[in-house]
Amino acid sequence: MHDKLNFFAGRVIAGRMSRREFMGRAAALGLTAAAANSFMAGAVRAAGPQMGGTIKVGIQGGGSSDSLDPALAANATATMVLRMWGEPLVELKAGGGLEGKVAESYSSSPDAKTWTFKIRKGITFSNGKTVTAEDVKATLERHSGEDTKSGALGLLRDIKSMSASGDEFTLELNQANADLPYLMADYHLIIQPNGGKDDPTAAVGTGPYVLKSAEPGVRFVFDKNADHWAGDGNASTIEMIVINDDTARVAALQSGQVDMIDRVPPRTAGLVARAPNIDVRTTSGPGHYVFIMHCNTAPFDNNDVRLALKYGINRQEMVDKILFGYGSVGNDTPINAAYPLYTELPQRDYDPDKAAFHMKKSGYDGSILLRTSDNSFPGAPDAAALFQQSCGAAGINVEIKREPNDGYWSEVWNAKPFCTSYWGGRPTQDQMYSTAYLSTADWNDTRFKNEKFDQLLIAARAELDEAKRTQMYADMGTILHNEGGLICPMFNDFLDATSTRIAGWDESAGFGLMNYYAPIKMWVAA
Amino acid sequence: MGPALKLVAQRIALGLLLLLLVSALIFAGTQILPGDVAQSILGQSATPEALANLRQELGLNDPAITRYFSWLFNALQGDLGTALTNGQDIAQSIGGRMMNTLFLAFWAAVIAVPLAIFLGLLAVRYRDRWPDKLISAVTLASISIPEFLIGYVIMYFIAVRLRWFPSVAMINDSMTLGQKLSAIAMPVMVLTLVVLAHMMRMTRAAILNVMQSAYIETAELKGLNRFQVIFRHAFPNSIAPIVNVVMLNLAYLVVGVVVIEVVFTYPGMGQYLVDHVSKRDVPVVQACGLIFAAVYIGLNMVADIVSILSNPRLRHPK
Repeated sequence: MHDKLNFFAGRVIAGRMSRREFMGRAAALGLTAAAANSFMAGAVRAAGPQMGGTIKVGIQGGGSSDSLDPALAANATATMVLRMWGEPLVELKAGGGLEGKVAESYSSSPDAKTWTFKIRKGITFSNGKTVTAEDVKATLERHSGEDTKSGALGLLRDIKSMSASGDEFTLELNQANADLPYLMADYHLIIQPNGGKDDPTAAVGTGPYVLKSAEPGVRFVFDKNADHWAGDGNASTIEMIVINDDTARVAALQSGQVDMIDRVPPRTAGLVARAPNIDVRTTSGPGHYVFIMHCNTAPFDNNDVRLALKYGINRQEMVDKILFGYGSVGNDTPINAAYPLYTELPQRDYDPDKAAFHMKKSGYDGSILLRTSDNSFPGAPDAAALFQQSCGAAGINVEIKREPNDGYWSEVWNAKPFCTSYWGGRPTQDQMYSTAYLSTADWNDTRFKNEKFDQLLIAARAELDEAKRTQMYADMGTILHNEGGLICPMFNDFLDATSTRIAGWDESAGFGLMNYYAPIKMWVAA
Repeated sequence: MGPALKLVAQRIALGLLLLLLVSALIFAGTQILPGDVAQSILGQSATPEALANLRQELGLNDPAITRYFSWLFNALQGDLGTALTNGQDIAQSIGGRMMNTLFLAFWAAVIAVPLAIFLGLLAVRYRDRWPDKLISAVTLASISIPEFLIGYVIMYFIAVRLRWFPSVAMINDSMTLGQKLSAIAMPVMVLTLVVLAHMMRMTRAAILNVMQSAYIETAELKGLNRFQVIFRHAFPNSIAPIVNVVMLNLAYLVVGVVVIEVVFTYPGMGQYLVDHVSKRDVPVVQACGLIFAAVYIGLNMVADIVSILSNPRLRHPK
């Protein structure tokens, strides 16, 4: 049977048999559709990447007000555009860890305070200039300087000094940080000639593609960079089309106008997957949807109120009804198995009795005001309504206030004491905790101030023994789980879809669409 | 033609005054909205330092009045400035978007206006018989359904199932006219359905009104056939209200099609404006608002003038 399947798969790859026909033959041999599909995918991968052709991407997030400056990239479209023409020092690897891009390798001093990146030899920017350690230094200066407006500034606060000599770029930190290289994989930190100080929007970098035409919020076209140091990229042209409307994006894939799309709405993903020429791809990641309480504002300054609300949320119901099963339950910490040093904590379940008990113990008997909006996460108002119901069963009265999408991030999130929100997650525990749970963090959106937690976080940065470090993060998780202002009901999967015209989908870490590298790593199969 | 010229001059002067008021209103409106451009650009990932630096760079620390007048002063000299969000030249970006919007509006109008008037005449000709009822039923149904829904339905059947036309109406300079027309076929269809009913009903009502007059009876008694009576005698006297409603719909085709632009991913002015409103990019919002207001005022002025010229009593006042 295997030989026969192989034969048929070969014919499909050669274009002499349609995929639908292959599925029919496979079914006749007694294979389920899913098994036949994965067999086909394996066969295509084995056949190896095909060069040439055009891959078209339908992607959301972009707007006509977007800039090409990496420092200002703030949405999926802008991030994918950066992936095409530029590269950071290092990038996340599937299954954990980092791989070198502009940096060939890196090393640290034993105290993890000094980090040295060795710049890859002989690689050039798309304007022909050779990449030097000076360019790297200038790039980081631009993102971390006093007058910067870079979205990466928060990550780079701890840098004491930078220096470049020969092909080595060295960073000195104020505090030890064992995870520093992960910070360099941030999507803003694209290495530009002279750091982009001369022309930040020039889109000149070391990436596998070269920007040919750019209409912000509409369309971007890239040609393959024949001089890329690793020869990355398969298609000769990549076209990105910004399609913000969910239905329109799915229709564009179904009608064959684009080959891949991001953010398939969970509600319709099942229907989309039924089409024979479309594969829906789910990737679990660190992104999560949250209900956040300010730990320093009444009534949430009382830990019993926080616990009551944590017991009052039905996590499984949210995964089923808000994510339509495309996700996993959360456990009131921002960390899940997507993180390298993850330890599982005992799962907190919906328990109206315990919720009522803690509410009574707190002595608070008023109602709880929850603010929400559509853009805090897809389906947030529905999730708020579910929360209201499940709390109601415990005798807790939750009032919902619907806020406008417009201005939500400036007026409600990180400003009002209880609201819905989301986090995209970070590559490491240290980054996630430092970004939002350290007492002094700018985005401490739960106003969580815990001395023990802070001490552990700082100590873990300097701890190079992995077992000890894992234990420290587990302890921090427990503190947050029991005392934090975060109710995390669910981790959302990335939900993308690709047409069978292209092949090469693979595991990835980071964001959706193979960490936005799918257009580069996939190829035109038919 | 003396009075007509005077009227045009008056209207243009009033229109300019109106535009000035509109610009002040838009500016005030964008100031009331929560958050500012710096916050909107940096989004959830804004740090206080980055916000302060960006505000400084964009000149947001000046008082609102100062910013308004410096904008107005430049705009009067024809300099619309650059977008705060991405630093692109506004006049240049709007130029491209405006051409796209006009392209779509033009082709929608070329199909919708003659079709609506023809259907209106047809409805009068077969008044209260089945063609009249069918035309009314279909056009009223299509105006009653929200346009995005019509868009989705048409997209599903024509683009996804039949694959006649693309669902993404993306046009660019490297396309031939034929390719462009094929790309915008679906939005044109939807827009036609949306504006048809209004113009058709008005044509029908206006002509029926005139059909009550004695001179129509005379024309019929002369032995002209019914369609000739309608077209040659009734239609010219009902041009004024028809032109009015046609102009309103043309204005809609230029300034009101943002939903269709989103559904079909068409790079027109509406989408451009909405993107910048949500980012609080005041200079762009001002420029778009002024252009939209000018289109509205201009088309309404044309309607007024045509209705005056088409009416001998207004053309030669005593």
